[in-house]
Amino acid sequence: MAKITFITSDNESITIEGNSGSVMALAVENGIKGIDGDCGGVCSCATCHVHVRPEDMEKTGAASEIETDMLELDDNANEFSRLCCQLEIGDHLDGVVLKVAK
Amino acid sequence: MTKHQNNKICVVIGASHAGVNFAFALRREGWEGEIILYDADPILPYHRPPLSKAYLTSDDGIEKNLLKSAESYEKEGITLKLGVKVSSINRRKKHIVLNDGTEQSYDKLVLATGARPIMPPIPGLMSSNKIFPLRTAADVANIRTCLAESENKRVVVIGGGYIGLETAASLIKLGASVTVLEREERILARVTAPEMSAFFQNLHAENGVDIFTQKNVIAIETNNEEKLVKCDDGVSYTANIIIVGVGIHVNTEMAASAGLTIENGIKVDETAKTVDDDIYAIGDCTFHYNPHYDRFVRLESVQNAVDQAKVAAFAICGNETRYDTIPWFWSDQFDVKLQMVGLSQGYDQVILRKEADNEKCFSVWYFKVDHLLAVDAVNNAKAYVYGTKFIKSGDKIDKAKLEDPEVEFNPINLLAE
Repeated sequence: MAKITFITSDNESITIEGNSGSVMALAVENGIKGIDGDCGGVCSCATCHVHVRPEDMEKTGAASEIETDMLELDDNANEFSRLCCQLEIGDHLDGVVLKVAK
Repeated sequence: MTKHQNNKICVVIGASHAGVNFAFALRREGWEGEIILYDADPILPYHRPPLSKAYLTSDDGIEKNLLKSAESYEKEGITLKLGVKVSSINRRKKHIVLNDGTEQSYDKLVLATGARPIMPPIPGLMSSNKIFPLRTAADVANIRTCLAESENKRVVVIGGGYIGLETAASLIKLGASVTVLEREERILARVTAPEMSAFFQNLHAENGVDIFTQKNVIAIETNNEEKLVKCDDGVSYTANIIIVGVGIHVNTEMAASAGLTIENGIKVDETAKTVDDDIYAIGDCTFHYNPHYDRFVRLESVQNAVDQAKVAAFAICGNETRYDTIPWFWSDQFDVKLQMVGLSQGYDQVILRKEADNEKCFSVWYFKVDHLLAVDAVNNAKAYVYGTKFIKSGDKIDKAKLEDPEVEFNPINLLAE
């Protein structure tokens, strides 16, 4: 189980507990604004872009090649960017803070 | 939104990608009145693209595949009326009529009626069991059950388009033996270049799918557990289960009866509005203008559904807006990820870009003279992204460099001097 905190563009902080599935699915299920997940989680749409809190990068790891490529579509992408459909929930993600990209 | 809209009612017919995204976007844009979504499908709205892909091969229930959770609708005050059919629209009285005769008034009406699979009038097709289209969760449930119960698991897929091919790939994973019958000379003939068709034909062959082209199915005969799919060249194929993926009919009948303009779909303007100021249409059912291609198009895609949903929500809430997205699509078959951007129709030249280090990674670039129309990227998100950028910017591409795998792949290198 992992507690994951989302910070929306309105600076609202929402912490949710998840057991399995992707972080994107957890966010959509809980109506986190700015996480759309239009493609359903197959890394095809780049509508689940988050910035990982720098100190949490160790837990999430860096973006994969396809994520990095897809993130090029978004001017706000940086080294802390992830597409959160590619983040699988597990104990290792406990405590991470993700800022929803705009 | 101002308070005077408090009592207004927005009715949406169709609760899939377009309708659901519209409802949430409308609320987000400040609509304070009621939002009521109708759909004949009794299941909480779900993602459709995975139905032929990961969802078909998983044991997941549809609850893992929902567009939004039940709580989200409640939280946003969006009323879902599922398993309810709408039978007509009365524009003069501004209400819709449900199948049971009940009326529901509206201030704004949004048609997200989508499309339904074509079941061609082949003798024996409708009268036989174990023949399925693939458009709904119920279709997938039926296919899964039927396959699990089938001893020989022989499946014939009629139609070599994306749905047919994705389904074939998924069924192979489930242990079926699969034959795809395509009427045209090549699979994906309507939507891609011959290079892409050839690649996917090989991919399927390598994975054990038998694909036959120029196969016109003329009859289906059923004898106990076995069916015979007969083609007009005299050849027949045995099947326990038949999947039909030969395209869709757009659901425009209700709109047509209400006197709205129908061309190749419900005609809407760049704000997704029909000829009636209080009626909008979004998603697969619309015939809409795309400024990048300067023509009206009808698209079957999640992107179009979601983006038109946002445009309609903006427009209804009085915000200035215009639909101007470059269309994009994707397909997953076996371990191949295909991403497509743009509309290739009308191309006069195709450039095949291979990557030096990986033969399963390439892209097909569709040009009309020097103008890039579309890119199909196979296992190559970079090509998809660069293609998107070039279509958006209109910058000229150096085709010789594009074609040369020795030229490092990045947008600056590809620019024509």
